[in-house]
Amino acid sequence: MSLTVAIPKETSKDETRVAATPDTVAKLIKLGYSVVVERGAGAAAHFTDEAYQAAGAEITTPAKTYTRADILLKVNAPQIRPDLKNGDEVALMKPGTYFVSFLQPALNPEMLQKLADRGVTAFAIDAVPRISRSQKMDALSSQANIAGYRAVIEAANVFGRFFTGQITAAGKVPPAKVMIIGAGVAGLAAIGTAKSMGAIVRAFDTRPVVKDQIESMGAEFLELDFNEDGTGAGGYAKEMSKEFIEAEMALFRAQAKDVDIIITTALIPGKPAPKLILADMVESMKDGSVIVDLASANGGNCELTVPEEVVVRHGVTIIGYTNLPARLAAQSSQLYSTNLVHLLSDLTPESNGEIVLNMEDEVQRGFTVVHQGEITWPPPIRPAPQDGGTKLAAAAPPIEKPKEKPKASARTIATYWAIAGVLLLSLGSVAPPDFVVHFFIFVLAIFVGWQVIWNVKHSLHTPLMSVTNAISSIVIVGALLQISVEGSVIVPILATIAVFVTSINIAGGFYVTHRMLKMFRK
Amino acid sequence: MIGTISMAYLFSAVMFILSLGGLSSQETAKRGNWYGVTGMVVAVLATIFSASVQAYWLIALVMTIGAAIGLVLAHRVEMTAMPQLVAMLHSFVGLAAVLIGWNSYLDPGYHYTGSAMVIHNTEIYLGIFIGAITLTGSLVAFGKLQGFISGKPLTLPARHLLNLVALIVIVLMLFIVVPQSPNGGAAFLILVMTIIALLLGIHLIAAIGGADMPVVISMLNSYSGWAAAATGFMLSNDLLIVVGALVGSSGAILSYIMCRGMNRSFISVILGGFGTDSSATGGDEDHGEVVATTFEELADALDMADSVIIVPGFGMAVATAQTAVSDLTDVLRKKGKTVRFAIHPVAGRLPGHMNVLLAEANVPYDIVMEMDEINPDFKKTDVVLVIGANDIVNPDAIERPNSPIAGMPVLEVWNARLCVVLKRSMATGYAGVKNPLFYKENTRMLFGDAKESVHRIAHALE
Repeated sequence: MSLTVAIPKETSKDETRVAATPDTVAKLIKLGYSVVVERGAGAAAHFTDEAYQAAGAEITTPAKTYTRADILLKVNAPQIRPDLKNGDEVALMKPGTYFVSFLQPALNPEMLQKLADRGVTAFAIDAVPRISRSQKMDALSSQANIAGYRAVIEAANVFGRFFTGQITAAGKVPPAKVMIIGAGVAGLAAIGTAKSMGAIVRAFDTRPVVKDQIESMGAEFLELDFNEDGTGAGGYAKEMSKEFIEAEMALFRAQAKDVDIIITTALIPGKPAPKLILADMVESMKDGSVIVDLASANGGNCELTVPEEVVVRHGVTIIGYTNLPARLAAQSSQLYSTNLVHLLSDLTPESNGEIVLNMEDEVQRGFTVVHQGEITWPPPIRPAPQDGGTKLAAAAPPIEKPKEKPKASARTIATYWAIAGVLLLSLGSVAPPDFVVHFFIFVLAIFVGWQVIWNVKHSLHTPLMSVTNAISSIVIVGALLQISVEGSVIVPILATIAVFVTSINIAGGFYVTHRMLKMFRK
Repeated sequence: MIGTISMAYLFSAVMFILSLGGLSSQETAKRGNWYGVTGMVVAVLATIFSASVQAYWLIALVMTIGAAIGLVLAHRVEMTAMPQLVAMLHSFVGLAAVLIGWNSYLDPGYHYTGSAMVIHNTEIYLGIFIGAITLTGSLVAFGKLQGFISGKPLTLPARHLLNLVALIVIVLMLFIVVPQSPNGGAAFLILVMTIIALLLGIHLIAAIGGADMPVVISMLNSYSGWAAAATGFMLSNDLLIVVGALVGSSGAILSYIMCRGMNRSFISVILGGFGTDSSATGGDEDHGEVVATTFEELADALDMADSVIIVPGFGMAVATAQTAVSDLTDVLRKKGKTVRFAIHPVAGRLPGHMNVLLAEANVPYDIVMEMDEINPDFKKTDVVLVIGANDIVNPDAIERPNSPIAGMPVLEVWNARLCVVLKRSMATGYAGVKNPLFYKENTRMLFGDAKESVHRIAHALE
């Protein structure tokens, strides 16, 4: 028996997104599910009911959406629908329903309780653990990316000047200076967007590990002369000490006087957003400056932010929209619903429209916040990542520097030479003078070779081998001398063979070296 | 007359040193090769015209045929097959050393007595021993590279013990053979030693896997030098001694460089069987999923990139993709992009193998960089193409201290903005360890034949 996925219309204020697009409906059907979509669910994101039908979905009435649903996919947490009688979405769900949306489990314990009391299983898409394997369902990132982009667009819209610097016949235009606080996904997207519009971009983050990422996007990393790492569990930021915050404030205060646009994206999981831009900093900013507060849904990083509003304070426009992704509805719906498809495909290993929830699996355990009427939040804690915020989940052992071999001390070196000397002297005392002379030359030649070969370029090592090969066929000299030996049959025969093979070697070795060297060109 | 010949030999020795010295840069390398040829011609002519050589016609005939064969071989060989050719040529030096050693022993003119005889016999014994190991070792290496013999290490149960016993027997026989004159019947023992040494050569190299071949070939290169030096001692010929020492130390340096490139000790390479005794192979943990890409997507990415680095590995040689890679390089450079190549010291099956392949495909050598030169630049690079390389770009070498390849210097390709790995399948590399590079979020995999893929990318870009 295959389950039914239902997509209701989002009814929160200013919400234009939808939890499935015609494109992802087709993918859900491929996973074995049947799909019902509420009438007009995608209208605000410009997806028509006909398009959903064409993709294989059934269009239903609002009330039926909930009664038909085995799996309910939403963008926002359950609400009271104004357009329905008894419009509480939680109450509308059947017990046993699988519910998926953004839930903010840490800030919404009442909601979790309500869902648990209703006897449903709830997956919080924002509780997906941040590990490489689950990146494809990381909706926070996919939506933050859009928010970061849109934040710059909103700022540019109200900012009365160019972003890029220009020298025109009508005079010189200086580039805009943008400061971005918090270099998560949204921050990095904002950096990239502002940079590509030509602005001078500076960025700050409490986690030193993101410095490389900031610089790779082309922004300057604002550094504090303060040694404290703000990297918390799962690669997110954590709350900092009082001293750190003071140093940070001093930096922002200085920057506020200089920059034209501030975009703040600082969030700490499960806590209200930290207040980073205080009233006096806003006051010190130039007239016409812009602040975009991406944390406004969680209270805002700026003291003067009014959530969901645009206000002008001290000549500075402060944008507090909480629905920036919704302002790119088609795009954000597409990305979000693809995240949901990935989540469901993880839960549907057989592609047969049946959910198999494995509470041993780290990812599935992580996003399951209510399981069959029981609250299962929070999941067991994971350690912080070790490297540049690449969200590596593996609990990597501390990285040790490869042990370097201890350098030989002067005494051991002296000992080696002493032993070598004694050996040489004792060999010299028994060996005939003839041998000693040869040995002398032999050792000297080794040293000459050692000095000469180290100068050979790595790129010429293959020609080096073929030429040394040809040269080592100098043993042909020995064979030539033996070829005319009289009084033996076997000696000249063996010598002839030796001359033969070394001749191959000499001609082949030198010629192939020549061929190779001819090919090297600038 | 003897004085004249000695001076000719001195001249040759100087020429050979200049020849090796010439290889220190591409500009002087060709001249260096000609120095080598000159030295060889002078040495051979001087020897032929010395008083003790008469069989001019025989020598002329044999040398002409030999040289003709050599030229044809060298002319026909594909650059991808250079390792095989070098291995085969090494075996010839080994064979000649064995033959000359035997001849010295069987020479009717043998006149040594007393301590001179002991030393001469030791020289012969060692010369044959080294020559025999070089001979069969090189043949096995040739077979492995050519694919006649499986590239996998052959690991007999008690292989270290076997080698040790063989060595002990050879050393014991040395003490029996050396004090006897050739008439004393020790020839049989030398024959036994020759056979053991031949078998030892086979066994030693058979135990070493395919990708350790750069070390093996350098080592055999070194052996062939020492064999020549030993021959020089037994013939009291300083030219052979000098040349043998030059070649011997050259091979030793190459082996050392190769070992350093793999962060393995020479002994552990020679004892063979990589990975068989390492406890932590670390293939079990969950790395996540790889993201495959298409050549159109890759072409788009390349089109948008400013800087591109190409990392070739043995897989490029196997797929003979070097010409296609060169074409792609041309296309990219015409579009004004910075394209460079990053060569790991042990990429390929021969030291410097990749450089030769790229040179053959007309890639200018000034954009072909060594690992240390280019490693810091990956951070500033938009797209890295890894073509047929695996272990040399494995981040575990740096990030996981208990990995079997920990500490091996690697090309840090993952620091680039996008890293695309062209690969036939998800098989592990030579070291048998998984490569977490493939699972990094900025890595894309392009599966398929390297030549075909590169060709299509270049086409899509045009």
